[in-house]
Amino acid sequence: MSDAITIARHALKEAVRRRVLLVVALLTAAFLGLFALAAFEAFDSLDQTRGIVPVDEHALTGGTLLGLAMFVALFLGVVLAVFLTLDAVRGDAERGLLQPLVVRPVGRTTLLVGRLLAASAVCAIYVVVVFLAAALITHAAGDFTPSSLAVPAAGLALGVVTVVAVSLLGTTLLSTTANGIAIFMVFATGLAAGLLGQIGEGLEVDSLERASSIISWIVPFEALYQNGLHALTSDIDGATGVIVQLGPFGGASEVSAGIWLWAIAWSAAVLALAAIAFSRRDL
Amino acid sequence: MGVTAALSARGLSKRYGKTTALDGVDLEVGEGELVGLLGPNGAGKSTLVKIACGLVRATAGEAQVGGVPAGSRVARASTGYLAELFRFPSWASAEEVLSLHQRLARSAGGVAEREALLERVGLAGEGGRRMGTMSKGMQQRLGIAQALIGDPRLVLLDEPTSALDPGGRRTVRDLLVGLREQGVGVLLNSHLLSEIELVCDRVVIIDGGRVVTEGRPQDLTAQGGVEVETSDGVRRLPDARREDVPRIVRELVAEGAEVYGVRVVTGTLEDAYLDAVVGRDG
Repeated sequence: MSDAITIARHALKEAVRRRVLLVVALLTAAFLGLFALAAFEAFDSLDQTRGIVPVDEHALTGGTLLGLAMFVALFLGVVLAVFLTLDAVRGDAERGLLQPLVVRPVGRTTLLVGRLLAASAVCAIYVVVVFLAAALITHAAGDFTPSSLAVPAAGLALGVVTVVAVSLLGTTLLSTTANGIAIFMVFATGLAAGLLGQIGEGLEVDSLERASSIISWIVPFEALYQNGLHALTSDIDGATGVIVQLGPFGGASEVSAGIWLWAIAWSAAVLALAAIAFSRRDL
Repeated sequence: MGVTAALSARGLSKRYGKTTALDGVDLEVGEGELVGLLGPNGAGKSTLVKIACGLVRATAGEAQVGGVPAGSRVARASTGYLAELFRFPSWASAEEVLSLHQRLARSAGGVAEREALLERVGLAGEGGRRMGTMSKGMQQRLGIAQALIGDPRLVLLDEPTSALDPGGRRTVRDLLVGLREQGVGVLLNSHLLSEIELVCDRVVIIDGGRVVTEGRPQDLTAQGGVEVETSDGVRRLPDARREDVPRIVRELVAEGAEVYGVRVVTGTLEDAYLDAVVGRDG
């Protein structure tokens, strides 16, 4: 394990020295600034229009804003996860960076675990911080408190870990560019499946809902995301609850609690596949 | 040569799809032996070295390092390697690169080892310098230093002097001689025949994935005939050897020729190499 930590520290040091984390922090601060502006404006405008629409606009605004924050946190977390890992094996091997490390008495699996630890730590902390910062802003702007903070935050964190794992598998098989494209396509497929599921629920089309559910378990970041969105606004009921849940950033359905174990097992299995592919690769 | 060879390869073959990179190579590097590996581009030299350090899996045959399978954790722990195409992170300093490799190689050498290695490759005082600001030659020197971390028993160097100036090559030659004195086996893959000739105990020439010739440099650079300058011009006797000179001169004088000079033509490793590779291809 100490070798994996050495590799993880090396990867983290690289992210710091290459100013990856600095750029991410600055751009995230810019996003949160814009988010704060939007949140204060949105809640302020409610005061002027209260009573016109027969729903709890305060809850609707808060739920939608935090749903947006969750989506942005997931998207940025996935971008970070992909760019921290997409060239970890083939890309680094083609540049000659990997060989000096692989010939050391460190197992190839340990190298992968080290990269997983580093990228997972960065991405999981990142998405949690962004989401909680957005929740704080929403609370400050409109005194809105979501039904749950822990479930969405944990879902985001585990979701980006699954993306890190699949990106590491991709990097053992695909070139850097192909891997990046593949991961984003998988990500887009998951999001599209989630939206289809919401449409399915709205229109009461069971087959769409079923397809969406299956796909979201195949790419568990989507199931975790949908579960988090649901938890965010699960105690908002009545017409407001329906509108939030069916809105673009509302989770249409609660996911079984088994998703947590499934996502962990899924990540472990994907990493195991990556380790097998890596062990067979000539460098 | 010690009882257990630093590196031993038997019937080593490697195929990449339909391409055969190595085809039944036998090779041995003894403890404290410097073996030069020569061959044209694509002959299989780098593949052989990569199998020895565990980067590539052999299709057939076996390679052992110090008596254990090449590529195993134990073998890797006693092997130092510098790839032909290598890179260290441009953001890291020389010290950081060496320090990382010390941890991964489980070397307890600490600062003293890092400083000694930097000194040995002519980079004393450059430990704080970032890789991105180093010349290719300096990076190659650091690559050699990195390969020597943890006192390996086998050192595999793939074109280690390709970016070095004559001074740097001299430094590496001295370093290789030092390794031999420490009992370290070295496999040196290089196109610089003069380097190999100067420093190696034995030379192995491979072509088309097979060993085409091997031996001590002095045996491979056999005499290349005798040239006799006479009143009729220069006579070349390509098959004659040094011990034939008195007889040749005697016979020429008996024939009435006037002999002004005799030269025993000595071959070079380049001649031997071209004989083995180009001659074979031709």
